[in-house]
Amino acid sequence: MSDAPGLEVVGVTKRFGDFAALSDVSLRLHPGTVHALLGENGAGKSTLVKCIMGFYHADAGELLLDGREIKVGNPRDAQQAGIGMVYQHFTLVPSMTILENLTMGLGFRPGRIDWKVERAKLTAFLDTMPFRVPIDRPVSSLAAGEKQKAEILKQLYLQAKLLILDEPTSVLTPQEADEMLGLIRSMATAGQLTVLIITHKFREVLAFADEVTVLRRGKQVGGGKVSELSVPEMARLMVGDQASRDHAGREEREPGEVMLALTGVQALDDAGGPALQGVDLTVRRGEIVGIAGVSGNGQTALVEVLGGQRRHQGAVTVGGEPFGATREEIARHNFALLPEEPLRNACVGRMSVGENMAFRSFDRAPIGSGVWVKRGALRRHARDLVERYNVRTTGIDAPIMTLSGGNVQRAVLGRELSGEVDVLVCANPVFGLDFSAVADIHGQIVAARNRGAAVLLVSEDLDELLELADRILVMSGGAIVYETKRESADRQSIGLHMAGHA
Amino acid sequence: MAAEALGWWGVPLAVGAGAIRVSTPFLFVSLGEVVTETSGRINLGLEGTLVMGAMSGYAISFYTGSPWLGVLAAGIVGSLLGALHAGICSLPKVNDIAVGIALLLFGTGLAFFLGTPFVAPQAPNLPSIPLGFWSDVPQIQAALKVNVLFFIGVAAAPLLAWALRNTGVGLMIRMVGDNAEAARAMGYSPLTVRLWATCFGGFMAGVGGSFLSLYYPGSWSEGLSSGQGIIAVALVIFARWRPMYCLWASLLFGGAGALGPALQSVGISQGYYLFNAAPYVLTLVIMIIACSPDRTLAGAPGELSITK
Repeated sequence: MSDAPGLEVVGVTKRFGDFAALSDVSLRLHPGTVHALLGENGAGKSTLVKCIMGFYHADAGELLLDGREIKVGNPRDAQQAGIGMVYQHFTLVPSMTILENLTMGLGFRPGRIDWKVERAKLTAFLDTMPFRVPIDRPVSSLAAGEKQKAEILKQLYLQAKLLILDEPTSVLTPQEADEMLGLIRSMATAGQLTVLIITHKFREVLAFADEVTVLRRGKQVGGGKVSELSVPEMARLMVGDQASRDHAGREEREPGEVMLALTGVQALDDAGGPALQGVDLTVRRGEIVGIAGVSGNGQTALVEVLGGQRRHQGAVTVGGEPFGATREEIARHNFALLPEEPLRNACVGRMSVGENMAFRSFDRAPIGSGVWVKRGALRRHARDLVERYNVRTTGIDAPIMTLSGGNVQRAVLGRELSGEVDVLVCANPVFGLDFSAVADIHGQIVAARNRGAAVLLVSEDLDELLELADRILVMSGGAIVYETKRESADRQSIGLHMAGHA
Repeated sequence: MAAEALGWWGVPLAVGAGAIRVSTPFLFVSLGEVVTETSGRINLGLEGTLVMGAMSGYAISFYTGSPWLGVLAAGIVGSLLGALHAGICSLPKVNDIAVGIALLLFGTGLAFFLGTPFVAPQAPNLPSIPLGFWSDVPQIQAALKVNVLFFIGVAAAPLLAWALRNTGVGLMIRMVGDNAEAARAMGYSPLTVRLWATCFGGFMAGVGGSFLSLYYPGSWSEGLSSGQGIIAVALVIFARWRPMYCLWASLLFGGAGALGPALQSVGISQGYYLFNAAPYVLTLVIMIIACSPDRTLAGAPGELSITK
């Protein structure tokens, strides 16, 4: 293998209209190192790597690969220069095998493909790699960790010497993440690769990166050798000195009576396979029960069952009564739900912010009166929620799809929490949000718990659960496989159960 | 009557013979549509393409005296209609289903308009191979007269299945249809691939149409197609986007389509129209069985607008 290259980014500026997404950002990747790019959502990390990959064209600045200036007009150019990127979403074709995917990546040959030759070529390549993937199963049947490895292998198979990883561990168990990053790191140390990794997890920066660059609001605000920086310093660089709203402090309180109970709940996934295989759990008043797990282990189906979006067998009770998520039951039990991807699962994108915020209450006083909806009351309700929950919008008449992800999340949470809440179900409530939004939303969830709501919090972010939950349940293969109290929670054993290894 | 000589045995024989005869247009249309849909686009206009193919094939056969030139012309006209569909769908924010319905109406209307002079004259038909030469029974001889196009269709199914797995073009089509973003990142152009895939689908539908006018029933009229083009599109879903399944499904639909005439041949003429509706009832039943609110269709190309 040839040597890892060095890359210099000099004074890159990128504007979208009046908005400067990047202003005069420079960074230097030394050959054979792992460089972390740290920053909040919206800090410009993605914009920067998209400029490097040729998806965007920078307004100013240049790229130097091993000291020579290169022009990257499109992703193909980047690939030719030996720069490969692994995206947050998977880019392998789901219905095709890894062999087919990687062979097609090599370039287009219209005629017959000699699978014997291709297989031999790929096998020979894989023998030189530190990790292994099954090459003959359709990608759609692989676990997230295997897919992520396959994505990396694809880039290496396409001769990438400089690898850009965009939040590569968000879908992996802690063990898988450590394994994957460890392998990448060892390849860098061996001089085979130079790596730029986008992340917001300090743990990964400390454990696997040599150097770090911190971006905030499109500007480079600091960086250096990881060994010379502390976590508080990096955190301060990342969020700046702006005071985020305080977390609602969690009050010490004994949980009350059982509000939400699931017994032997089973459900099928979209492909007709088992998604939930007998889930038993209870959530009591005044406690947050966290559901940990690698995505794709039934969490989505669980939330869909609770939201009435998926048929199931087994008993779901709220407040001791059978619960089928009808509108009447939801209102009677003060049931609130913040599903994942709320714009898709809990909103009508083209309807206004105000209308979306009234979805729970438009048929009840004060907004509803007989068959009429009182626009005045609806608007007052919306304005009040926008204020209370810091929803940043151009107005309550704007279609909700024009809001940023964090503000859609705030708007839905505001709608769900606006009345009395006895049961709150949240799924990945802060996925992809920036620091201040995370603090806001976490505060609201804890405040609901403090007021006596029973909260079920489904999250793929273990740190979030360790911070918020009173009890953590681990879901694997469609069932609850492990339970631990917050005080005695141990990252290692949770991770093992997430992976289904214990 | 000779039919009485065979008695009730005439029914399965007629259904079997019908399966072969009636299935050919289904087979061609559905094999073409499999390729189009595998590339991530659905062309609902194939009924129009089929009728245009039938008309133009008949017309060319009439003028040149060569039915095979007619088949070729039908294919070319079909691929032009396919290119029209793909071209319109390449524009931003155009829905392929709406375009398909528009082209369905456009194709049939145009065919009726241009085809008026050809209703009366008789054009030379496609030849068939008499596989029933060993038998003395005229029904068997008639039933085993099989058109060459049928064999071409039967050969095309495994060939397509193979090509989708083992050629660069095949993999590219699947890639574009399952994850356009990934294909683009690999340097393939989804719009171009879909253009060719839709042209191919149009070509096959055109050929399927020429079978109607040049072999069975073997003349051009406005009532020539009874929705074969539409049913074939449904059949692709039933066949889970697999060429070999298209072959079996086409035979099944062909057999169902032959049920009415077969029963009539043994003297059951009551409910003739009801039995003729068998393929449509079959379509409904299959759609109900194949659809489920909890499941997405296995094997569906990821980019297809109806399954997204």
